[in-house]
Amino acid sequence: MRTFYLALKYLAVLLWSAFVIFPFLWMISTSFKTANSVTAGAKWLPWLQFEPSLAGWQSLFGGVGGINILKPYANSAIVTLSGSAIALVLGTLAAYGLSRFTFKAGPLGNGDITFFFISQRIMPPIVLAIPFFLMLRFLGLLDTLPGLILIYVAMLMPIAVWVMVDFFNSVPRGLDEMAWMDGCTPVTTFLRVILPNALPGLVVASMFCLIFGWNDFFFAFTMTFTEVQLLPVSLVALNSSVTPWWSLSAAAIVSVAPLAVLAFVVERFLSRGGLAGAVR
Amino acid sequence: MLELSNLTLAEGPVAHLDDVTVSFRKGRLTTLLGRTGAGKTTLMRAIAGLAEPDRGRIALDGKDWSRLASWQRPVAMVTQQFINYPHLSVLDNVAFPLVRRKVPQDKAREAARDMLGRVGLGTMIDRRPSQLSGGQQQRVAIARALVKKAPVVLLDEPFVNLDYKLREGLREELVDLLKAERETIVIYASTDPREALQMGDDVILMAEGRAIQSGEPQNVYARPGTTRAAEVVSDPPINLIEMEVSGGQLRLDRLADLPARALGRDLPAGRYTLGLRAHSIRQGGDLSARVSLTEVSGSETVTHLQAAGQALVMLERTVTNHALGTTITLSLDLGEALVFDAQGRLIEKEPVHG
Repeated sequence: MRTFYLALKYLAVLLWSAFVIFPFLWMISTSFKTANSVTAGAKWLPWLQFEPSLAGWQSLFGGVGGINILKPYANSAIVTLSGSAIALVLGTLAAYGLSRFTFKAGPLGNGDITFFFISQRIMPPIVLAIPFFLMLRFLGLLDTLPGLILIYVAMLMPIAVWVMVDFFNSVPRGLDEMAWMDGCTPVTTFLRVILPNALPGLVVASMFCLIFGWNDFFFAFTMTFTEVQLLPVSLVALNSSVTPWWSLSAAAIVSVAPLAVLAFVVERFLSRGGLAGAVR
Repeated sequence: MLELSNLTLAEGPVAHLDDVTVSFRKGRLTTLLGRTGAGKTTLMRAIAGLAEPDRGRIALDGKDWSRLASWQRPVAMVTQQFINYPHLSVLDNVAFPLVRRKVPQDKAREAARDMLGRVGLGTMIDRRPSQLSGGQQQRVAIARALVKKAPVVLLDEPFVNLDYKLREGLREELVDLLKAERETIVIYASTDPREALQMGDDVILMAEGRAIQSGEPQNVYARPGTTRAAEVVSDPPINLIEMEVSGGQLRLDRLADLPARALGRDLPAGRYTLGLRAHSIRQGGDLSARVSLTEVSGSETVTHLQAAGQALVMLERTVTNHALGTTITLSLDLGEALVFDAQGRLIEKEPVHG
């Protein structure tokens, strides 16, 4: 009976894995197909069922009918990394403040301030598009990388604050107080004691920031015209009257790759267990 | 000398510290004895700068601490929870306060290694706190507190979360370690009267946020100034019995009528409270009582009794298992009894001179 249930469990896991992995396999195989093999029905095995071609991949690097993906790729990397980094620094500091100090502004307290940060993400992005657009135009930053970075900081910081407030709240205050007893000022307490112990939280927050930043299409599209193009926008630009599935698949792989690598790296960090041994 | 004057700290209607004026002497271990919620921890946190008093002054050798932030105060503290830095090795945990005080890294580590050796963790310096047992973690915390050589060391029930045997052992070790520091003011909070009386050179009794009595342990134990102090300092609990004196008779509330000479002193007629320690109640006598609880601890037996609606506690220096609900007979030895006036203040047996 136990074997039966075990078999059932494995079967379920296998089915689920297939369900998750299948689209990726399809994407990879499609990226090596030509127009003919794509339309010829479901074919999986290169060389046996279809003749592999690099046309899809070539089109990403200035091939016929394609684009050069390198520039948007670099732009996306710059905007996502800088936006996330700034959002993390500001968000972590804000979160520590919100977690450890009591703020009062009339009837409003810490919880309201935290909610204010998160409310940025509750509104549909379209609501923010026009004010952001006008602000960037006023600053002369429309269609520039710094402009986009500013927008991304505004969009990503709530995530950082949200994750880190929660994390800092789980770090016992006794740890801060012990650091004070040991001669740390609040700033050195934060840098020397709390931050090193908040690493798992920082990893989670940066992962969310990078994912949201990297995948954003809306602001990348609305705040730029011709000068600066980010990856998601240029992928859409690949689509013309005939959908080039092979190019799109190759582009999708290229675009997903950094996040997949990130997920693998981060997974190890997260499984290491955070604050064991701080307070018993 | 560490002097606290008129320290008051309230949160809404709750007074955590109520006009506390006490002083602590160098080279002595002072125990703060009081039940949970008596204000011991708050007092320590106020000394450490972790709690801000509404009123009052804290001064070391005349130097006012009011404007010093906690990181500027020369204080070391060990709390009930075993707090260590999880991201640092045991060695770096102990070296941390020295490094923060600008001691060169190698000197700090040397001192830390020495201190860890003294608390018996010399072989575990490379481990992380999470890899240690509770007792070892608390030793790390103690080593980190002592390595600084702070003139004021605060120990807030440091062993309360440890098992009994470990507690005894560590307490002895700690007392030995602290004896070596002749200039240090050590303040030790405890809820356990026996621990407080054994360990302390001085004892301060606390209740409801107030320091109700201070002095040398034997003195405070023998002559608690009030019924409240008698309750705080007695373990097992002291028996407080309402008493009326009139016409050469002692009338113990609901218990017995005795000739007044049983007390061994003359009292004017009136109402009093008799403080009878648990060891002054003995088995065998005229008074009958029903057993409601028996606790055997080591070689002693503490029996909780009900006699005519009056709860009594009896201590016997033997292991005796009185069955629950049985009735036994008692006698009261009033020779060492304490007598408190109607306001609960101690009436000295004979006037104390000097």
